[in-house]
Amino acid sequence: MTENSFAVFVQISIGAIFIQNFVLSRFLGLCPFFGVSKKLSTAVGMGLAVTFIMVISTIFTWTFNKYVLMEYEIEHLQTISFILIIATFVQVIEMAIKKYSPTLYDSLGVFLPLITTNCAILGVTLINIEGNKYTGLPFTFAEATVHSFMSGAGFLLALVLMAGIRERLELANVPKAFEGLPIAFISAGLIAIAFFGFSGMSIGG
Amino acid sequence: MIYKFMQELKRGVFTENPIFVLALGLCPTLGVSTSVENGIGMGIATTLVLICSNAMISIFKDLIPDRVRIPCFIVIIATFVSVVQLLIKAYFPEIDTYLGIFIPLIVVNCIIFARAEAFAAKNSVLPSITDGLVMGIGYTVALVVLSALREFLGANRLLGLSVIPGYSPMTIFVLAPGGFFTIALVLAIINSFKLRGKK
Repeated sequence: MTENSFAVFVQISIGAIFIQNFVLSRFLGLCPFFGVSKKLSTAVGMGLAVTFIMVISTIFTWTFNKYVLMEYEIEHLQTISFILIIATFVQVIEMAIKKYSPTLYDSLGVFLPLITTNCAILGVTLINIEGNKYTGLPFTFAEATVHSFMSGAGFLLALVLMAGIRERLELANVPKAFEGLPIAFISAGLIAIAFFGFSGMSIGG
Repeated sequence: MIYKFMQELKRGVFTENPIFVLALGLCPTLGVSTSVENGIGMGIATTLVLICSNAMISIFKDLIPDRVRIPCFIVIIATFVSVVQLLIKAYFPEIDTYLGIFIPLIVVNCIIFARAEAFAAKNSVLPSITDGLVMGIGYTVALVVLSALREFLGANRLLGLSVIPGYSPMTIFVLAPGGFFTIALVLAIINSFKLRGKK
């Protein structure tokens, strides 16, 4: 690995976790973000499951895009083939985990069916095809994998932060009209403002 | 006939509004509601997909085995999303650059899936089309409300025209955090009306 490519990996990682956080700046994966952020333990489980599926589906969709869709110039089938690949692998992984690691299945299993229709997964695979704004070239395989792993890490971070706040909110005295979802949105907005501070760090893009 | 349609419309826009009441499909809602034009574009695209997929699913509902219905629905929805995506790319390239990744993401929009599962898979073709239409209109209305608020507060403009001369807008409302604040405020206003109604 040359020094240059290492710098690109660092840029991608910081960009994916802080500057363009999946939830707080790109608005992807909001449903699980508000749905499972009531308890810290479930939030961690969901975040890990999403990261895992993001990396796996990126590996398959990137390869499929490069060697099948681009090879035969049928890129307009991208959406439909990607969602099928994701749905298939979520199913396969669910069955595999259930068979080989029942303990892992108990902690992650409940989230897996939800993940197929999570826009963060389809989102990351599509963004990986769009290209790397730091180098101006399409993502290489390694870059795409790193990007999706780091995006998952960013999702996990946002989810954990949110869960921590919501556990406290349970005890807080909230105006009646703001109870439930509205106050969760306000908290998310405040976290987003904090993350917005990172946008000054965007390098070369 | 018209009366019945108005009843349905009321259901889609008010009592069962996909965004404000059911809180479905939040990601594209917050992602694209930075200007009214984007909101309308996204609303129409989603409505088209919703009508077509609802129609198709209700036609084939007896042929699709129950156990594999979810993959079948996904394929049907994804097909129509690709069609809409290609149409927008060909005829409205500007909208395509603004909405970007959110057009293919209509596939995983919970609204479409929820309507397919809850309505189209149980009803015949015509009611399903009506359901798709009214839910799409409800979604579009909600998007327009949100994006109008954000465009006005954040850029002092509506549909690209400036509103109050000399007023300096709060830019935060067109940026990411503003999206969260706007929907929180709208939901809180709706809640307070509901609470008042109960008293």
